[in-house]
Amino acid sequence: MTTFVQPTVLDPVAYAPRRKARRPSAVLLWIAEHALLVALVVMFLFPVVFVTLTSLMTSQQTLTGALWPNPFTFQNYAKAFTDAPLALWFANSTMYAVLATVFMLVSSVPAAYALAKLRFPGSNLIFVAIIIAMLLPPQVTAVPVYVLWTQVGLTGTLWPLILPNLLGDAFSVFLLRQFFLTIPPEYSDAARVDGASELGVLTRVIIPMTKPGIAAAAIFLFFHSWNDYFGPLLYASENPSAWPVAYGLATFRGAHGTDWGITMAMTMIVTIPIVVVFFFAQRVFVEGITLSGVKG
Amino acid sequence: MAVTTAPERAAQVAARSAHRRSTPATRRRTLVALAFCAPMLLGLAIFFVYPLIASVYYSFTSYNLVSPPVFIGLRNYIYLFTQDPLIGTAAFNTLWFVVFLVPIRILTAIGVAGLLARARVASGFWRTVFYLPALVPPVAATVAFVFLFNPGVGPVNQILAMFGIQGPLWFNDPAWSKPSLVILGVWVMGDIMIIFLAALLDVPTEQYEAASLDGANGLQKLRYVTFPNLTPVLLFALITGIIAALQYFTEASVASTVASGKASVGEGIGGSMGYPDNSLLTYTQWLYERGFNNFQLGYASALAVVLFLVASFFLVILLRRVNAFNPEGAK
Repeated sequence: MTTFVQPTVLDPVAYAPRRKARRPSAVLLWIAEHALLVALVVMFLFPVVFVTLTSLMTSQQTLTGALWPNPFTFQNYAKAFTDAPLALWFANSTMYAVLATVFMLVSSVPAAYALAKLRFPGSNLIFVAIIIAMLLPPQVTAVPVYVLWTQVGLTGTLWPLILPNLLGDAFSVFLLRQFFLTIPPEYSDAARVDGASELGVLTRVIIPMTKPGIAAAAIFLFFHSWNDYFGPLLYASENPSAWPVAYGLATFRGAHGTDWGITMAMTMIVTIPIVVVFFFAQRVFVEGITLSGVKG
Repeated sequence: MAVTTAPERAAQVAARSAHRRSTPATRRRTLVALAFCAPMLLGLAIFFVYPLIASVYYSFTSYNLVSPPVFIGLRNYIYLFTQDPLIGTAAFNTLWFVVFLVPIRILTAIGVAGLLARARVASGFWRTVFYLPALVPPVAATVAFVFLFNPGVGPVNQILAMFGIQGPLWFNDPAWSKPSLVILGVWVMGDIMIIFLAALLDVPTEQYEAASLDGANGLQKLRYVTFPNLTPVLLFALITGIIAALQYFTEASVASTVASGKASVGEGIGGSMGYPDNSLLTYTQWLYERGFNNFQLGYASALAVVLFLVASFFLVILLRRVNAFNPEGAK
């Protein structure tokens, strides 16, 4: 499952025996495949290229249907912060994503460890509940949960989206459990023989050994919170001072009708932090996605 | 299972029940485990078990958040199935996404993963290009696509025009709005593509070698070696894809808002729901509209219960294979 991190040695086709007689057709196939790849790459890069180019045009030029900025200008990136409360939205998103992630780690790491490593009565039932909770459409439980938060008086803020992470996040527990399962039991057994408590085993053996997995779970939840649209729509739409960037971007049009230049600059600004985090954590991240899939 | 003699059997059973009998050590470990799980169990109770039960209760009531719920029996359900003017449209649109968006995304992901598994040159670069779009915040990706495909100044129709093709109105045409979102869904297929790629690279090389020795051609290898190895991942992608499509909300809602050009800062999504012509009105948006814009929380709960029943059908298929979530050798 985790072999993705060193995939170059695992190319099944390259290692499959080839007969010399088939060389010409193999070359043709190679060319065809790479031509197809290049064509697909061009199509996949198309949105990135044109969003970037449009974000560098003047507002007047975006109305002309031009494809190339003339002149190049960064004014849209400045206007994004003056025409909309983008800095406030960023602060809200950062608070939401950081607190949610920290709270999730505090509550979900011990729970996932218990599910993965401590067999106890009912642990399988809890695991099934976690899978259902993780896959259940959030709209199914939205009404009673919303009623609860109105009774506490926290609607109109992002707290209904942050605080539940103190009580575990189903997907994170699931992902962390999958990582913890990959640690052979001998390590924790050895620590127990040396007199370590379960908390000691977790903090001194398991957590140091699964740092990449824990990082992956943290990044997933950070992205999930940063990208969340339904949650802020449900709880904070009537209070613009609580809006995170994802929700703010969806409502932004510009002062005089849709201004595509500013909108595309804003799209870039919202996306760039995610891409930066990805490049710093690419390896653990991809491993995490792979592990969230299923092993036959 | 090896054959065991009766005494061996008895010894095994005795050993097992001795293991099960709660010694102080195992009892302590259970207590520790429950302590570790306590916050999560509380969370499951408050945000999962209670809301499921409460949704069923609210679905039999008329409730507007201001006055207490009033029991009205099956009236919400009768209204849902016989009178609601837009439920048919909303259910149809959601079903449309299940039928078209999910398989098209999966087939593209498998195709790209297949190409990437064979690419020897610059494989890291290809992978990143196909994976990165999956990271773009869905709202940002949708806003970008509405711009790219907008019929007035969008680059897609500009470029089509260079080839003498008159592009459609995309997000502004009820017939094209859903296919436009499928194009967006294909662009962000990187997350499932990575899972397929890992599965493809996981297929033991010996199986291909054995098939070659048996004289299998490329197509036969695909059919008898590659495909069986992909089946578990495919099932996982299909079920989770269907459940995601059943709750399809963000992309449709944002596309409607941006393409209609109506909302400005402070207005929210209200006026543009389903634009154009309810073609992007999905089931969950309708639930949101009735529950949280009209504050018909009892009726929204009935919609939620029906959604839960439909999603459960697919959940059960996945849960029957729950052991697949336990990696081999992990005990």
